[in-house]
Amino acid sequence: MNSIADKLRINTDLARRILVAFIREEVTRTGLKRAVIGLSGGIDSALSCVLAVEALGADNVLAVRMPYKTSSPDSLADAGLVIEKFNLPDKTIEITSIVEPLFAHVPEADGKRRGNAMARARMIVLYDQSSAFNGLVIGTGNKTEILLGYSTIFGDAASALNPLGDLYKTQVRQLSAAVGVPAPIIDKAPSADLWVGQTDEGELGFTYERVDQLLYLLVDGRYNRDEAIAAGFEPAFVDRVITTIRRNQFKRMPPLIAKLSNRTVGYDFLYLRDWGS
Amino acid sequence: MTTLTIGLAQINTKLGDVQANLDKHLAYIDRAAAQGVRVLCFPELSLTGYVLQDLAPVVAHRPTADDPVFAKLLEASQRLDLMVGFVEEDKRHRFFIAAAYLSKGEVLHVHHKVYLPTYGLFDEGRFFAWGDSIRAFDTQWGRVGMLICEDFWHAGPPYLLWLDGADILLMQSASPGRGLDDGEHLGSSRWVEHVNQAYASLFTNFVAHTNRVGFEDGLNFWGGATVFDPDGEEVAHGPYFEEALTVAMLDLNHLHRARARLPLLRDERTALVLRELTRIVNKD
Repeated sequence: MNSIADKLRINTDLARRILVAFIREEVTRTGLKRAVIGLSGGIDSALSCVLAVEALGADNVLAVRMPYKTSSPDSLADAGLVIEKFNLPDKTIEITSIVEPLFAHVPEADGKRRGNAMARARMIVLYDQSSAFNGLVIGTGNKTEILLGYSTIFGDAASALNPLGDLYKTQVRQLSAAVGVPAPIIDKAPSADLWVGQTDEGELGFTYERVDQLLYLLVDGRYNRDEAIAAGFEPAFVDRVITTIRRNQFKRMPPLIAKLSNRTVGYDFLYLRDWGS
Repeated sequence: MTTLTIGLAQINTKLGDVQANLDKHLAYIDRAAAQGVRVLCFPELSLTGYVLQDLAPVVAHRPTADDPVFAKLLEASQRLDLMVGFVEEDKRHRFFIAAAYLSKGEVLHVHHKVYLPTYGLFDEGRFFAWGDSIRAFDTQWGRVGMLICEDFWHAGPPYLLWLDGADILLMQSASPGRGLDDGEHLGSSRWVEHVNQAYASLFTNFVAHTNRVGFEDGLNFWGGATVFDPDGEEVAHGPYFEEALTVAMLDLNHLHRARARLPLLRDERTALVLRELTRIVNKD
């Protein structure tokens, strides 16, 4: 497996240069100069935040912490490490009082529904701050999470631009170490922190290191199922990951539009978002 | 000794804003002229931006003196020769990715991109017509050939230009950066630089390449203009990812020395190639 791990190694200087320029150019070409980032205390949002600070300057990046009543105090403190390191403008807006009235209406809602509602409440807070701060919402979803659908559609998956979306989780770790994300954030177990004791790898049932290698073969390397198995991955693991990728395609797409006319948005009305800028 | 001072502009563009891009061309022309540049090359679709999609028909121009954009460029070409990238709409209203070489107020040559990548992240064949000819042409600096990006990912077009007499190959790209690994540079830039260096070596030619910079949505363009000499050695290299004007002095007599040492052109067996190509094409 070492050779696949080697292929996931990236030139972090080059990645940093491209992603910082991406944030700077894609924010400023809209006429804005500021960004808003939800800081969870985890590695992805910390990395997006550091890159945005390099691109736009610390004064122009609003860090927003949005704990729920069961959120780990460590998450809040770890997010604080990034805020303190760069002396960022910040806000802490608890979402408990936003989501509890909904939960009172649907007391039967399970952890997944509650987690999704929390993710969407955070989206509402971020987009409100986006308007107030005059900054674009910078995304924090990595390639592993996007491919596995390990996110809430219209929740944490919502952003104006996402610098991390083509980096696997293990590459996010490499880049985070290179750009100075505080060590406690890099070293701790990844968690969505939607309930006490939750960890990504516990919930997913595999490690990021292992699944990133498989995803690299399937997606970047265009391996088929049998080739991935021949490369050393368990058949059941390969089948599960392939199915998960397919079933979550809907999270990676805008809503379907039913075609009726001769020219329809998304099918034959085709312009980049950067049209005219 | 005949020296050609060549300039390679690696610019960012505004997507679909021809006037803004023209203004930038004119500013670079001023800068280049001040540095003594005699041939100034711009990247692919330098007047329009790259991922045009449904903008293609809107930004199209004809390379003639009565076109307001080309009127300005032709006027500027009184000062120095220009290679620019644009969308050409022909008389039958087909839209081509095109490169024009302008000199002393005249259009010396227009090349239509003959290989339109329509795979992976590319969708050019959906929006543009395929060019259908590859020709070298004479300039005051010798015989030149122009190619656009995917044209030189295929070995045929540079080879044909070489056989058609081109001693200077001018390549222009809008190459999206991709292939991040632990190497020093992106996979896409390594590939382009390798092949351009290889063409200079194989053809004992000058090969100049320029590529745009900036972003269009999530695509980055990596710049990194290069010039290789007839020994295949790098003469100049622009920065990556930043706008720049890279200037190189080409000793055109280098062609004489390189081909005296290494007579690949003299020994090229075009009749044999043609005979075998004919056999291969006809074998089915």
